[in-house]
Amino acid sequence: MLAEGLFYVFGTILVAGALAVIISRNPVYSALSLVLCFVTSAAIWLLIEAEFLAVVLVLVYVGAVMVLFLFVVMMLDINLEELRTGFTRFAWLGWLTALAVIFEIVGVVWVRGLGIDVTSTPAPTAPDYSNTLALGSVLYTKYAYPFELAAVILLVAIIAAISLTMRKRPGLKVQDIAKQVAVNSRDRVRIVKMEAERREEPETLAGEPAHTEAKRP
Amino acid sequence: MITLAQLLTLSSILFALSVAGIFLNRKNVILLLMCVELLLLAANFNFIAFSRYLGDINGQVFVFFVLTVAAAESAIGLAILVVLFRERRSINVEDLNKLRG
Repeated sequence: MLAEGLFYVFGTILVAGALAVIISRNPVYSALSLVLCFVTSAAIWLLIEAEFLAVVLVLVYVGAVMVLFLFVVMMLDINLEELRTGFTRFAWLGWLTALAVIFEIVGVVWVRGLGIDVTSTPAPTAPDYSNTLALGSVLYTKYAYPFELAAVILLVAIIAAISLTMRKRPGLKVQDIAKQVAVNSRDRVRIVKMEAERREEPETLAGEPAHTEAKRP
Repeated sequence: MITLAQLLTLSSILFALSVAGIFLNRKNVILLLMCVELLLLAANFNFIAFSRYLGDINGQVFVFFVLTVAAAESAIGLAILVVLFRERRSINVEDLNKLRG
């Protein structure tokens, strides 16, 4: 009973958060509402005993992806008025589609029942049941190959994101470490032995490279 | 306790709201990406609900992979967005006509 009450409270917060995401005027508010949605979803996932994924959702989404979103939203200088024009032009179509989708899914679930008893409650898990252990024992045996593929996908995403956003600006003075290390002392300094010179006319003095003994009286 | 029908109803409301969000914010690429994230969250809800109520852990493994791919997708999407803004000084979808589609 308590779980059901909490479910309704969290569900209301989740739907309100999703509404705030799609209708708020400022993208920053949208991003923060999306954070609220993810945290509330994690709470509901905890209620139905998917603890590991709830923690992963908070860590990965709230901790990484949404921070990335907020960075981008705040970094870009967006002209909001231009983006808001025509906001309500297709709004009726959007709400109509939303209502149709809700009606269809709810109708199918409640009427057909999907071949299982949808109004049943799940069997309670054993007291020493560990969701993380159950998930890990499948993930690293049966799904070991897809797991590695997921790692490769993340690597590709890192490389793609970096190579897309890195830009070479011309005329930038930067150190080339390899050249600095590879330089030899004989290439830089040349020691020339030459005779001491006598004082001469000023124009020849100006033409001389710096540091001549002849300048001294 | 929570029944499966309640969870499926909640996820369908979430899904429908994100679809409506795509219609409403069809000019703003950042909002479109956020709506896609919300849509994937609604799909994950279904996976977890069925996994719990059918007693099958494989659904939760699938959610794990969906989270991975969604994180990669949003990272690349935001990178493209940054490049687009640098090029065009705008993130309006209607300005994306360079490919003459």
